[in-house]
Amino acid sequence: MATKTFPIEAGHIMMFARSIGDPNPVYYDAEAAKKTEAGGVIAPPTFVQASAQFDPDYGLRPKIGQPWFGSGKNPTGVQRTGGGGGGGGGGLHAEQHYEYHRPLRAGDVLTATTTPGKTWEKQGRRGGTLLFSESVTEYRNQNGELVVTARSVGVRPSKPVEQQPKKEENA
Amino acid sequence: MALSANELKPGHTHTARIVEDLKRTQIVQYAGASGDYNPLHTDEIFTTKVAGYPSVFAHGMLTMGMTGRMLTDWVGDTRLTKYGVRFTSQVFPGDTLDATATVKNIVERDGQKLVELDVKTVNQDGVEVLSGYAEARVD
Repeated sequence: MATKTFPIEAGHIMMFARSIGDPNPVYYDAEAAKKTEAGGVIAPPTFVQASAQFDPDYGLRPKIGQPWFGSGKNPTGVQRTGGGGGGGGGGLHAEQHYEYHRPLRAGDVLTATTTPGKTWEKQGRRGGTLLFSESVTEYRNQNGELVVTARSVGVRPSKPVEQQPKKEENA
Repeated sequence: MALSANELKPGHTHTARIVEDLKRTQIVQYAGASGDYNPLHTDEIFTTKVAGYPSVFAHGMLTMGMTGRMLTDWVGDTRLTKYGVRFTSQVFPGDTLDATATVKNIVERDGQKLVELDVKTVNQDGVEVLSGYAEARVD
């Protein structure tokens, strides 16, 4: 079980909404948002995924002074030793589920508590053996109220996912 | 602007084009905002030469986020109670995606009317890239 603090900042919500192509003023315009049912700036439904920014141990962010596996002088900055945090591009996101208990507002400070779920194996249609693993994160606000429950399923294929024929021209 | 239970029937659909010709830069934007800097999404050299994919591809969560816009534009702000998806195919730069919500049922729980929706997003070839469900409070 891991617990992290996640401050919900208005500028962060604005950038996140832009990145998903959502121009809804309720995500960036405090005055306009006041007049809506939300009553103020809220975060989009998938925003809690950005809690990764506040996770000091998050594996998919370059860290100062540490090797990074993306390209630089060479196609990869580190040679893979296998396993760990999606490093080397092995892990993919298979499923994501949210339950919303109350609106997530700019100014809230969430505490995220993650518990590992089950793991299972499956023969993939296109990717050899697939190893699935699940985690459940509860996000509570500064008043201890449950805001969002997130269940995430990751998959680690034994080889890169093969492309459907039509997609090959799309590279 | 919320939906009214009286006006919803099972089988009703709502569709929106959530992205046209997805740009690599938008994927970079999402990496920066979400904090997921996996090079598979932004680093063409790593992705093609080391990971063995034909090109960088979008975060599944970018597709879920864009599909979420279709939902919140339709059901209204703060109305979603559940939203869950499976990522069924990869989304690549250049893809154009259409997201559809289909009314499955209208239910009542603790005196609150809710609409249950099937959610699906397809690319320009008709390939399903995301499949899931949502539930929202309605008036």
